[in-house]
Amino acid sequence: MKVWLTPRNAFVVALLAVLALLPVYSALTGNTFMVTLFTRIIILAIAAVSLNLIMGFGGMVSFGHAAYLGIGGYVVGILAKEGIDTGFIQWPAALVLSGLFALGVGALSLRTRGVYFIMITLAFAQMVYYIANGLDRYGGDDGLTIQRRSDFGGLINLSNRTVYYYLCLALLLATVYFVWRMVKSRFGLVIQGSRSNDRRMRAIGFSTFRYKLTCFVIAGVLCGLSGVLLANHTNFISPALMHWTRSGDLIVMAVLGGMGTVFGPVIGAVALLVLEETLPHLIGFVSYVLIGKEVVAAKEYWQLILGPMLLLIVIYARGGIEGLIAGSRRG
Amino acid sequence: MLYLIEQCLNGMQLGMLLFLLAAGLTLIFGIMDLVNLAHGSLYMLGAYFAATFVELTDSFLAGIGLGLGATLVAGIVLEMIAIRPLYGRDHLDHVLGTFGLLIFFNEFVRLIWGPAGLTISLPSQMLTAVQVLPGVYYPLYRLVIILTTLVVALLLYILVMRTRIGMLIRAGASNREMVGALGVNIKLLYTLVFGLGAALAGFAGMIQAPLAFVQIGMGENILILAFVVIIIGGIGSIRGAFVAAIIVGLIDTMGRVFLPDLVRHFLSYSAGSSAGPALSSMLIYTLMALVLIFRPEGLFPASSK
Amino acid sequence: MTKRFGGVTASDNIVLDVTAGELHAIIGPNGAGKTTLIGQLSGEIVPDAGRVYFDGREVTALPVFRRSALGLARSFQITSLFLDFTALDNVALAVQAHAGHSFHFWRDAREEGELREPARIALAGVGLAHRADEIVANMSHGEHRQLELAMALATKPRMLLLDEPMAGLGPEESARMVQTLRGLKRDITILLIEHDMEAVFALADRISVLVYGRVIASGLPADIRANAEVRQAYLGEQDVVAEHG
Repeated sequence: MKVWLTPRNAFVVALLAVLALLPVYSALTGNTFMVTLFTRIIILAIAAVSLNLIMGFGGMVSFGHAAYLGIGGYVVGILAKEGIDTGFIQWPAALVLSGLFALGVGALSLRTRGVYFIMITLAFAQMVYYIANGLDRYGGDDGLTIQRRSDFGGLINLSNRTVYYYLCLALLLATVYFVWRMVKSRFGLVIQGSRSNDRRMRAIGFSTFRYKLTCFVIAGVLCGLSGVLLANHTNFISPALMHWTRSGDLIVMAVLGGMGTVFGPVIGAVALLVLEETLPHLIGFVSYVLIGKEVVAAKEYWQLILGPMLLLIVIYARGGIEGLIAGSRRG
Repeated sequence: MLYLIEQCLNGMQLGMLLFLLAAGLTLIFGIMDLVNLAHGSLYMLGAYFAATFVELTDSFLAGIGLGLGATLVAGIVLEMIAIRPLYGRDHLDHVLGTFGLLIFFNEFVRLIWGPAGLTISLPSQMLTAVQVLPGVYYPLYRLVIILTTLVVALLLYILVMRTRIGMLIRAGASNREMVGALGVNIKLLYTLVFGLGAALAGFAGMIQAPLAFVQIGMGENILILAFVVIIIGGIGSIRGAFVAAIIVGLIDTMGRVFLPDLVRHFLSYSAGSSAGPALSSMLIYTLMALVLIFRPEGLFPASSK
Repeated sequence: MTKRFGGVTASDNIVLDVTAGELHAIIGPNGAGKTTLIGQLSGEIVPDAGRVYFDGREVTALPVFRRSALGLARSFQITSLFLDFTALDNVALAVQAHAGHSFHFWRDAREEGELREPARIALAGVGLAHRADEIVANMSHGEHRQLELAMALATKPRMLLLDEPMAGLGPEESARMVQTLRGLKRDITILLIEHDMEAVFALADRISVLVYGRVIASGLPADIRANAEVRQAYLGEQDVVAEHG
């Protein structure tokens, strides 16, 4: 009944194939930078997928999602600094703390709606940001270098670049699959129903608050996982990990890729970060073609293009990239 | 005791600064229902404009005046080109669109003025301290900031409460549809309000500049504080913004100064000095959370008055 | 079954009994407080004074979703649906609301017969079976009203609070709605708020007249039709006004 070979699905499969084969390409060409870049992209994609769960499906626009990146990362960093290297303690601790923070923030902020919700989530994230700034023992605003990646005994060696890449990819796919199952389940329908019409949900007998809170906590835990992975990837944590503009980046990824779908944020994360890397080269190339001279643009300047592009996407193409591929569904 | 008075004045000064930002933000929010993350960019632009004009004209006052005009124009142009299509969209669109603007302005400033920051030097007669109370000396310039902002607040109050435009602004803040029904040129009103907000934000940036450093991203953290102010004060309420700005300014300053002493009392010296900003910001955000829980409409809801 | 209200400006000391199994209609001019009354009964609005009893149990302090669980369902005057869902999804959500908790994260809810079958039956009950897979936003106003009813029915209520189910319907659609409601009578207690007098007198077992938040008359349809005060206050017949003026 359903058509499986849609442009959208073809694109997703192609993207997955590229992600799966990237380390092979890297090994053949000796270009390790690609693996490092894409590890980072995959990790942030997990965060974007988790944000999209509450934002795209639950209608809860959290502007403080980077806080969980920070919490996940700092738990790993702080424990490592205190001599607890084992991932069997670091990772569960990070996830539990992320979940507890989400529980507290959600319990308070889900009583509000609309712009108040955006602002209160933002405010709590700022609070964590300033706390991290105040942690002198753990580097204060300079951040903290993590000497050793999480140790899982002989189980898996996180220090191997390729192994780590595939671990992150596997966790991303697991996250996407989990979220995909979830949004189709009873729980997921309740979440989407309360995005669509919360008042009606309560009238037909749902206590929407507890479902939304649960969803908020799940998203927090998943983003905490992303933080854990990020800290292990860069071997470094700093408050910049959860500056509010980072939360903005995550929203951009989720919306850029298309909020209505589970896989959209992955596309958004890839698009945003690849663009960030390649646009300066692109500018150089275009300028070489046009004026015969390669203009060397600083990497930062690409934001001159990204900013207005975001505005244009908001105004003209709300379905995001995925919406464009799938053909405009949202109108 | 003297120290306490000095810190109170510092808190007032921060509060005044926040008010300038929050007043525009709360009007834009209340009337156009627009979440404007680029408001901090106007604060930054104001500072850069003023720094440039002070340099060019070699006069502090002329620089501020020209900078103010430039920010006003920038605000109006911004509204007409980029903000107008966002009216009536949902808040997520606002957040994204204006986040894009914020990113753009940061890089725009880097392109024009370079990555290094600027400074604005004060005229020499401003560099003295005056005796505000017997034995209490306070920098003249900070006093000037407080007094100037109070005058601006008063003018704003008169504008909003006593003029025809003000009546429309108030009506718009509590009931958008009504203003439209009155046959007012909504587009023009929106542009004016946005321009006014931009000028206020730019003014805040330029008067703060001599005390700090003119740099990229300078408006980002203070913007969040301004958002906290308008949530505590009640969206759309100038009076609420004024009271909440002073409360937040005082708490932030006092928290930074006195909480570390408290911490030192219990923990180590170094723990105290670093914990100050964290603790004071926690105080502010806790206050905001309490307001949202017990008075979700803020302390002075715009619709009630 | 007793319901007592009072104190709220919109409803001034309303005392109202709806007997199990009857269709009780509330009529009254605009602004009489009819929707407020439904709000209080369903739990969206908390009365400042007075109590609400449902099936002998006090429910005054119960939140909306708990009352719904007890079997008290409402429809909305202004259509309130999940516009981006299909019709079947809308009704299935209503079924799901009364099928235990929804902390199920794994199984595809759209494949669950125990949710979909009762939903299909409820849709068929209001004549929408053929539109099950249509996105609600694309359906007509009349279909929305019927879907509203299907959703209320899908929660297997013992009492229905219907807020102007006929509002905005054409004559044919109204007639079909009257048919549907007549079929539901007896099995389900119904409190009906409606402006369409023809429908009210065709369906109601008893009628209460609400004016400025007060019940000015309550009784059998025939009594209400004959009641001079009602005619003056609401039906607004010129000759009655003339008699008293």
